[in-house]
Amino acid sequence: MPNSMRSNFTVLIALAGFLFFTPSTYAQGENHEEIQHEQAHHEDAGHSEASGEKDIKGVIKETIEHHLADSYEFHITEGVGFPLPVILVDGGLKVFLSSAFHHGGVATVNGAHYKVNHGKIYKTDAAGTIAYDDHHHPTNEKPLDLSITKNVFMILVMAIFMFFLFRGVAKTYQTSLAPKKAGRFLEPIIIYVRDEIAIPNIGEKHYKKYMSYLLTVFFFIWFLNLVGMTPLGVNVTGNIAITFSLALMTFIITQVSGKKDYWMHIFWMPGVPVLIRPVLAVIELIGLFVKPFSLMIRLYANMLAGHVVIMSILGLIFIFSSWIAAVPFSFLTLFLSVLELLVAALQAYIFTMLTSLYFGAAVEEHEHH
Amino acid sequence: MDKLINDFSVGLFFWQSLVFILLIVLLRKFAWKPILDAVNEREESIEGALKAAEQAREEMKSLQANNEAVLKEAREERERILKEARDMKNKMIAEAKDAAAAEADKTIASAKAAIEAEKTAAIAALKNHAAALSIDVAEKILGQELSAENKQTAMIGKIIEDMKFN
Repeated sequence: MPNSMRSNFTVLIALAGFLFFTPSTYAQGENHEEIQHEQAHHEDAGHSEASGEKDIKGVIKETIEHHLADSYEFHITEGVGFPLPVILVDGGLKVFLSSAFHHGGVATVNGAHYKVNHGKIYKTDAAGTIAYDDHHHPTNEKPLDLSITKNVFMILVMAIFMFFLFRGVAKTYQTSLAPKKAGRFLEPIIIYVRDEIAIPNIGEKHYKKYMSYLLTVFFFIWFLNLVGMTPLGVNVTGNIAITFSLALMTFIITQVSGKKDYWMHIFWMPGVPVLIRPVLAVIELIGLFVKPFSLMIRLYANMLAGHVVIMSILGLIFIFSSWIAAVPFSFLTLFLSVLELLVAALQAYIFTMLTSLYFGAAVEEHEHH
Repeated sequence: MDKLINDFSVGLFFWQSLVFILLIVLLRKFAWKPILDAVNEREESIEGALKAAEQAREEMKSLQANNEAVLKEAREERERILKEARDMKNKMIAEAKDAAAAEADKTIASAKAAIEAEKTAAIAALKNHAAALSIDVAEKILGQELSAENKQTAMIGKIIEDMKFN
C-alpha cells in the first residue's frame, strides 16, 4: 500500500510540476471549474446565505477562501475527488466518511447529527439547524474534530513520501560512499543544511543532536510549500495549526536544551547594571515567546499571501473577462509562481535557519569575566 | 487575531504534531543517521587519503634530502680519501728522499772515512817506506862513520822521533 501510494504520489508530483509551467491555460480551466463547483456546492448544501445572484467578485473571493481552507474531502476538479474519513470525539469515537454529509448536508451517526458550517463540524438536529449569535458565529456545540482532512491527508502522504525517499537515499550509501539517484540532488542540500545552517549557528560541539529535527523540518516545509504550488489546491504550510505545531516544537526543543548560560542571559543578564537586569528579564521573557510566534506567523503569512496573490490575479482575468486582460495577467501569474517557487525554498530555509539560531543560543556557553 | 484563532484547527494541530514527531523519529533512524554517517565517513576517508598523500610527499622529500646528504657525504669521503692518499704519497716521497739523502750522506761519510784511513795508512806506509829508504840511504852514507851498531840504532830512532813530531 505505501509503495503504490508513493509511486502514485511521485507521478502526481511530476505531473503537477509539468502543469506548473503551463499555468495560464490550465489555471484558467481549473478556476472556472472550481467556480462552477463552488456555485453548485453552495446550492447543494442549501447554504444559509442568499444563494441567488452573486457578482463575480464574490465568487472569486469565495473560491480563494475555499482554496485556502481545509476540507473534509479531497477535491481535485469537478467530479474528481474522494471523501476522507471524519473522526469525531463526542461521547465516544465516531468515524465516518465525509460523503455522509452529501445527504442533505447533515451526517447522522448513532443518532447524533453533524453539519459542516464554514469548514467546521457542528452538532445539530435532524433538520440541520444552526443557531447564530450577534456576531454571526454559530452557537451550536462543536465536537472534538480529529478528522483526516485534506491537509491531514497531505501531511500523511508527504510523511510517507519523505520516509521512502530519504530511506531510499540512505540505502544507496550501503553499496557506495558516493550518492546515487535522488541522493545526487538531495545530498548537497543535506550537507548545506549541516554546513551552512546547523554548524555556524549551533556550533561544532552540539549540532549533531539537532540535525534530525532541522533536516526533517527543512524538507517537510519545502516539499509541502512546493505541493502548495501545484494546482491540487493544497495549502498545508499556509495553515496556522501547522505552523503553530512546528514553532511549538522549536520552542520546546529550545527550552529543553537551554543551558545555565541561556537562562542566566534571560533572567539575570550578566554585564549590565543590576537595576536594569529585571527590566531586561521582562523583555527577554517576552522575546522567549515572540521568537517562536514570529516563526509561526512568518511561514503562515508568507504561504497564505502567496496563494492569495496568485489566485487574486487569476481572478482578475475573470473580472475583466477579456482576452486582452487574460494574456498579461497569465504572464504575471507565471512570474509570481516562479517567485513563489523561490519563496517556497526561502521560507523553509528561514524557518530552519532561525530554529538553529535559537538552538544555538540555548546551548551556547559564554566566557564570563 | 480573531481570524487566526478561528482558523486554528485542533485536529490539524493534533495530526501534524503526531505525524511530524513520528516522521522525525523514523527518518532519524532510517535516513538521517545513515546518510550523515556515510557522508561523514566519506569526508573522513577523503581527508585521510589527502593526508596520506601529503605524508607520502613529505616522506619522498625527506628521502630525497637523505639521498642528497648521502651523496654529499660520499663525495666528501672520496675527497678526503684522495687527499689522504696524496698526502701519504707526498710524505712517502719525502721520506724516501730523506732516507736516500741520509744513505748517500752515510756512504759519502764512510767513503770519506775510508779514504781518510787509506790516506793515513798510505801516508804511514809512505813514511815507513821513506824511513826505510832514508835508513838505507843513511846506512850507505853512514856505513863508514857509524860502525857501531848501537850508535846507529839510537841515531835512527832519534831521527824518526823528530820526523813524527813534524
